[in-house]
Amino acid sequence: MYTASDLRKGLRLKIDNEPYVITEFNFVKPGKGQALYRCKLKNMVTGSQFERSFRSVDTFESADLREKKMQYLYKEGDKYCFMDNENFEQIYLTESQIGDAKNFLIDNIEAEILLFEDRPIGISLPNFVDLVVTEADPWAKGDTVSGATKPVKVQTGYTIQVPTFVGEGEKIRIDTRTGEYLTRVKG
Amino acid sequence: MSASNLDDIFLLARKKEALHLRARLIQNIRLFFIEHGFLEVETPLRIPSPAPEEHIEAFPSGDWFLQTSPELCMKRLLAAGFPLIFQISKCFRAGERGNLHLPEFTMLEWYVTKFDYLQLMSQCEKMIFAVAANMDIARHCIFRNKKIDLTPPWEKITVQEAFEKYASVTLEEALNKNKFDQIIVDYIEPYLGVNRPTFLYDYPAKLAALAKLKDGNTNVAERFELYIGGMEIANGFSELNDTEEQRRRFEQASQLRAQKNWPQYSMPEKFLQALQTIPESAGIALGIDRLAMIFAHVLQIDDIISFTPEIL
Repeated sequence: MYTASDLRKGLRLKIDNEPYVITEFNFVKPGKGQALYRCKLKNMVTGSQFERSFRSVDTFESADLREKKMQYLYKEGDKYCFMDNENFEQIYLTESQIGDAKNFLIDNIEAEILLFEDRPIGISLPNFVDLVVTEADPWAKGDTVSGATKPVKVQTGYTIQVPTFVGEGEKIRIDTRTGEYLTRVKG
Repeated sequence: MSASNLDDIFLLARKKEALHLRARLIQNIRLFFIEHGFLEVETPLRIPSPAPEEHIEAFPSGDWFLQTSPELCMKRLLAAGFPLIFQISKCFRAGERGNLHLPEFTMLEWYVTKFDYLQLMSQCEKMIFAVAANMDIARHCIFRNKKIDLTPPWEKITVQEAFEKYASVTLEEALNKNKFDQIIVDYIEPYLGVNRPTFLYDYPAKLAALAKLKDGNTNVAERFELYIGGMEIANGFSELNDTEEQRRRFEQASQLRAQKNWPQYSMPEKFLQALQTIPESAGIALGIDRLAMIFAHVLQIDDIISFTPEIL
């Protein structure tokens, strides 16, 4: 059982016997009114979404979902293959089940595979991944730092907007939830 | 330039345009009020007793509190014979953080003697239109992908009408089930101020706080909220000038706060005394950060201020 103070992006709830995940979460408070928690909820099986707000007195059932750490092996057609490192069992997820995570999947990365009644239905990556910039226009040293960005390509082939001072070969930290650049990382 | 603050410079440099616009907005607002004969006032940020309200929580500051709004002190000025006053000040509200909320934000508050809430609504639209016209954005303001025309007169809809038009439950049901705020947020707000700004007005009496009840209909308070692009921008009302009624409302709010184990404030006695000499008047509080968001076309309050609490 959850209360409203537990609500946050990524939390999984059971509503009408279906598993839902909160994909957007915002604190709202109308006029002189009470604090509300506005959520966008996504059905984790069908992908359908809806939005609504909850009060601080509302309670929620938790979804009975299991997560298992598995290792990403390879892609075959539109199937992504993962291996359970305990029993070496392999499972497959479809492109749509993988979603945006495909932009951050590097070989052998460990991800949480989500099981609903033992069926794999989705994946969650660590919130932050560090990827190497493989293609970038050079930054003219001496240029002043401005708010401008430029597109670069990282090792997964994903194109991302970064500050102009980021160069090829540098490692950058990306927030996998937003797909956005956070900072450069050393080493 | 050290390598480590490159990201900090990047973040702030991106806000340059928005911060310039914010500054111009504040300067233009100030100009409007000065030209209309208002006195700019400053009242203390640290106060001994904030107004007890059911849903607003103050930060303690020593034995006192940081103001949640300059309302009480400004009304004491009003009662002491300052007929036209405005203030642009920081307000502080504990536990409020979201895309449109900051625990420390900038409020414009003004009071007009001999005005009621209807006259104040019309002055509010004139002020925002004049400021926008000075900044060349009066007719082509775009927010949340909607083109908003700020030319007066703006749309006006009562709370009762808004429930009939947009909600699937009646106003009475919503109030009885403690779902008023939820219905407003989920079903009504998204339609308010979409093509031009909207005043939502005539609030249920139990949501009056410091507002006067309507003559001849004590179920309704002379209170309004201004919405632009589905976002609440300002809250105003005809000022309650009945000391005993105000005390009763404060006591009720204090009880509701006590039930939630929220801190108790001492009764703002000097404010209550001042209500005895307060003239017929109306006052309004307007969120400067949010108005600046609309003018700058940014969707997050973070993008219209230099430093959020998280990056300090």
